[in-house]
Amino acid sequence: MAVSLHTPSGGEFISDPTPGQRRWRTFWRSPLAWWGVGMFVAILVFCFVGPLVYHSNAMTPDLRRAMLAPGPGGPLGTDDLGRSELLRMMIGGQLSLEVAIAAGFATTFFGAAYGLLSGFLGGLWDNILMRIVDVLIALPSIFLLLLVVSLFKPTPTLLVVVIAFTSWFSVARLVRGEVLTLKRREYIDAVRAIGASSFRLMLRHLLPNAMGVVIVTATFQIGYAILSVAGLSFLGLGLPPPTPNWGQMLSSAMPYTFQNAWWLIYPPGIAIVLVELAANFVGDALSEAFDPRLREGHS
Amino acid sequence: MGRYILRRLLQAIPVLLGITLVSFLIVHLVPGGPAQAMLGPRATPLRIEEINRTLGLDKPLPVQYVIWLGQLLRGDFGTSYFYNQPVLTLILVNTPRTLAVVGLGTIASLLLSPIGAWQAYRRGSVGDHVITVLSYFFYSMPFFWLGIIMILIFGVWLPWFPSGGITSVVGGGAATFLDWASHLVLPVATIAIGTVAGWSRYVRSSMIDTLSLDFIRTGRAKGLSETAVVLKHALRNSLLPLITLLGFSIPSLFSGALFIEVVFNYPGLGLLFWDATVQRDYPIVLGGVVVVGVLTILGNLMADVLYAVADPRIRFD
Repeated sequence: MAVSLHTPSGGEFISDPTPGQRRWRTFWRSPLAWWGVGMFVAILVFCFVGPLVYHSNAMTPDLRRAMLAPGPGGPLGTDDLGRSELLRMMIGGQLSLEVAIAAGFATTFFGAAYGLLSGFLGGLWDNILMRIVDVLIALPSIFLLLLVVSLFKPTPTLLVVVIAFTSWFSVARLVRGEVLTLKRREYIDAVRAIGASSFRLMLRHLLPNAMGVVIVTATFQIGYAILSVAGLSFLGLGLPPPTPNWGQMLSSAMPYTFQNAWWLIYPPGIAIVLVELAANFVGDALSEAFDPRLREGHS
Repeated sequence: MGRYILRRLLQAIPVLLGITLVSFLIVHLVPGGPAQAMLGPRATPLRIEEINRTLGLDKPLPVQYVIWLGQLLRGDFGTSYFYNQPVLTLILVNTPRTLAVVGLGTIASLLLSPIGAWQAYRRGSVGDHVITVLSYFFYSMPFFWLGIIMILIFGVWLPWFPSGGITSVVGGGAATFLDWASHLVLPVATIAIGTVAGWSRYVRSSMIDTLSLDFIRTGRAKGLSETAVVLKHALRNSLLPLITLLGFSIPSLFSGALFIEVVFNYPGLGLLFWDATVQRDYPIVLGGVVVVGVLTILGNLMADVLYAVADPRIRFD
């Protein structure tokens, strides 16, 4: 944004866009970015503004109105307890999104810190820290996630911590790899020669240059967290009722599959897919702009 | 070759030990420990103490870990609280079923992934765009929802396939086999669709890279037929990354299998593990994590060996 727009009349200095600005411009030029951001904003509006506009019954059971198809039962019909499916979709999204976004950030923060430290320390410490990552990466994450969740009573905060605990290692590996290459650059020697502390070196000189990787993985991690939140709730080990969330709505619709209660099965699934698509679109556009090597390279 | 495999197996040992340590610590560091979790609201200090004594949970943690590890090495995974059967028996019955779903799903995905190569060859065509959009869509779809949709379409709407369980007729011979196979169709299709959606994107970009390489131009220049250039030279090279991808995907294939087994009520390792976590049957939970860890490591090893066989540029040392 800080690019001077006036025509040069001589003697003045026109700044080229910084690499950062150039990357963001590349990002916004991509149709994927617009689709992704647009979908994400639309979902946020649906979930957080929707309930202010659309009033119905989301919480109180009303068995006379149970299992009504869309039309007689309102725009999206009613569930097995006669509650408005549309309003439950809106409210259910709030918690799913809040937990997923928080978990995505927590994962990225912890993973980036771990990877930064491991890459910076190098040598024996790096070896030890990365062997720990090897162990955790070898386990299918849902098994680890279920193991931890089964031991506690899930609350939103706990879920954030647990998801972060079971998914930070891929972020750590990526950031560590980036730090290892950055560390060999000359400017790091220069900063060291000036006498900067290790702490300063890591936070002011290594981290900002590894930020591209961090931003890209954060996006994919939010997408991954949405799946984890929904998946755990689907398996009955997520957040307890009464507050609805998409995964739990889907699992309580399961028994009605054979009654063809499609209005209870499609909406939560479509919502999850849309958030996931938005995250993948934005993530792909970001990696295209920030680090072409990362493209499609996430796990 | 033999030495390479042996070395990779030796390298897997610390990772395996790590897996046992991590899962052991997670279960045992929880306040109250397994006894509290087993008893739930019925927990009283006296009963907790009683359970701890009978299960040997009152010994120091390192001692417990070593004892447990020794038992694991002798194939003793403990006894399930819920089924009151040796955990090893349960795991041995369920693992082949999961391997059938994951294995067949993987084979189907490998066979379908060259669709990405076709996209690369017809890059920018309508077909390419349609498949790209579809693969984004399926790639973003959680396995459990895809599974439910499959049931809704092929189990309810068009009742072609059984939508749950593993068998419905008893007896033997061809009828039983066909019955078993028909129960596998939807779970395998679900895992394959979800996986191909991811893999074909890699094959597409790999094929795009390969098609721009010199040896392809050389092939065309020396007058090879287009079919030979594309199928024999470009395709074979662009499928190589699939093997690495296979190794990477093994954990997520097992994760996917768990959801699919729950959705289709298919009695494999995933369903066993899920039931055990819901019922807090910790011997099964711990055993399940260890077995899945072993399977993942073996799968990765297989992918590495395959890669070394397929790509002559890779040396075994």
